[in-house]
Amino acid sequence: MSFVQYNGSALVAMTGKNCFAVASNRHLGVQHQTVATDFQRVFKIHEKLYIGLAGSASDVQTLHELLDNRHKFYQLQQERDMKPEAFANIVSQILYKKKSAPYVCQPVIAGLGDDDKPFICTMDSFGAKKLAKDFVVAGTASKSLYGACEAMYKSDMEPDELLETVSQALQASVGRDCLSGWSGLVFLVTPTEVRETILNFGAGGGPAAPVALAASGGAAAKKKKEEA
Amino acid sequence: VQKIQSLTTNIGVVYSGMGPDSRVLVRKSRKQAQQYYGLYKEPIPVTQLVRETAAVMQEFTQSGGVRPFGVSLLVAGYDDNGPQLYQVDPSGSYFSWKASAMGKNVSNAKTFLEKRYTDDMELDDAVHTAILTLKEGFEGQISSKNIEIGIIGTDKIFRVLTPAEVDDYLAEVE
Repeated sequence: MSFVQYNGSALVAMTGKNCFAVASNRHLGVQHQTVATDFQRVFKIHEKLYIGLAGSASDVQTLHELLDNRHKFYQLQQERDMKPEAFANIVSQILYKKKSAPYVCQPVIAGLGDDDKPFICTMDSFGAKKLAKDFVVAGTASKSLYGACEAMYKSDMEPDELLETVSQALQASVGRDCLSGWSGLVFLVTPTEVRETILNFGAGGGPAAPVALAASGGAAAKKKKEEA
Repeated sequence: VQKIQSLTTNIGVVYSGMGPDSRVLVRKSRKQAQQYYGLYKEPIPVTQLVRETAAVMQEFTQSGGVRPFGVSLLVAGYDDNGPQLYQVDPSGSYFSWKASAMGKNVSNAKTFLEKRYTDDMELDDAVHTAILTLKEGFEGQISSKNIEIGIIGTDKIFRVLTPAEVDDYLAEVE
C-alpha cells in the first residue's frame, strides 16, 4: 500500500457567498486498522485562512508546523497576514523544493482574500496548484467527493446552506471509502465568524456504532467565535 | 545611462554618491524583489525591499575584505500602504520621509522643502517643488538635458519622465 493511502483521509473545501467551508474526516488509520477518531487535518493559519492536509499523517503534522511557523515569521516581518494566494504559492514552493523526496501530502487551502472574496485551491504532493471557483477535494475519498460535490454544489450559497451542503457531501463520500470516515470536522468561515462543527456520521458514513457516538453528545457541536 | 532606475514596476530608486556602487545595489535589490515575487506571487512591499537592501549595505560594514557602499539611496514606491519614500544610508540605516534631499546643498534643500512641502500636494505640485529645490543649489543652467525626474502616481507605475515632459515642467518654473 502506498503512503498516500496509509492513513486514509477525506478533505473538501467549498466556496459560498463571501464565505467558505473546509471539512475533513477525523479518522486516522494504519492501513486497515483504526488508530484514532479525532485526528485533526484542518488547521487555522490566520482568521481568514485555513489549510487542510490529506495523505500521510506524519507529513500532515510536519507540514502544518512548518507552514504555521512560516506564516508567523511573515506576520512578524510584514506586520500583516498572508493573503490566500500568496500562501498557496508558498505552500507550492515548499512542496516543489522537496520534489526528489516529496511530502506525501495533498493540501487544500481555503481563505478569504481581498474584499472577503473566497479563495480555494488544492495541489498534488509536488505543488502543482489546482485553482477552482466552486470546490476542491483531496484524500482517499476524493473520487467520491468529486461526484458528491458536483451533484450538491450551488454557487453563492449562504453560510447555513453551505455548511449543510459540505456536511452532506462529506458524509456521502466517506460512506463509500473504507479508509476514511469516523465523524467529520467542518470549519465554516465568514468575514465575521468562524463556526467549528463536528459531524456525527452514524450509520451512513461511519462504522456501526452510532449509539455510542450519539450518547457522548456527538451530534453537531457548534462553537461560534466572534472575529476579534 | 540614467541615474534614476526602477527596482520593480512600482518602486524606483536614485542615489547620491558613487555610481558603480549604486549599480551593484540596484542589481541585488531587483533580484531580491523578483525572488519575493517568485515566493509569494505578489509585488514586494516597499518597506520589505528597503529593509533587504539596507541589510545588504549593513553586511558590507561588518564583513572582512570589503568596504561600505559609497552611496545613499532614495527609494520611492507605491504599494498597498500608499506612496512611500525611504532614504538608505551606507551604514544600512533607513528612514521614512515625506520629503527629503541628499548630496550637495542638502541642508539648504531640506530647509527649502520644509517650507514648501504640504501633505495634500498633487503629483504635479510635487514635481514643481522638486525642481525648485534642485534649482536652489544648481550650478549653471537647469535643463532637461542635465536633470532627471522619476514619478509614481496612483497607477502604481514608476517611470522616468521623458526630456520633453521635463521641459514642460521647467517651462512652468521659469
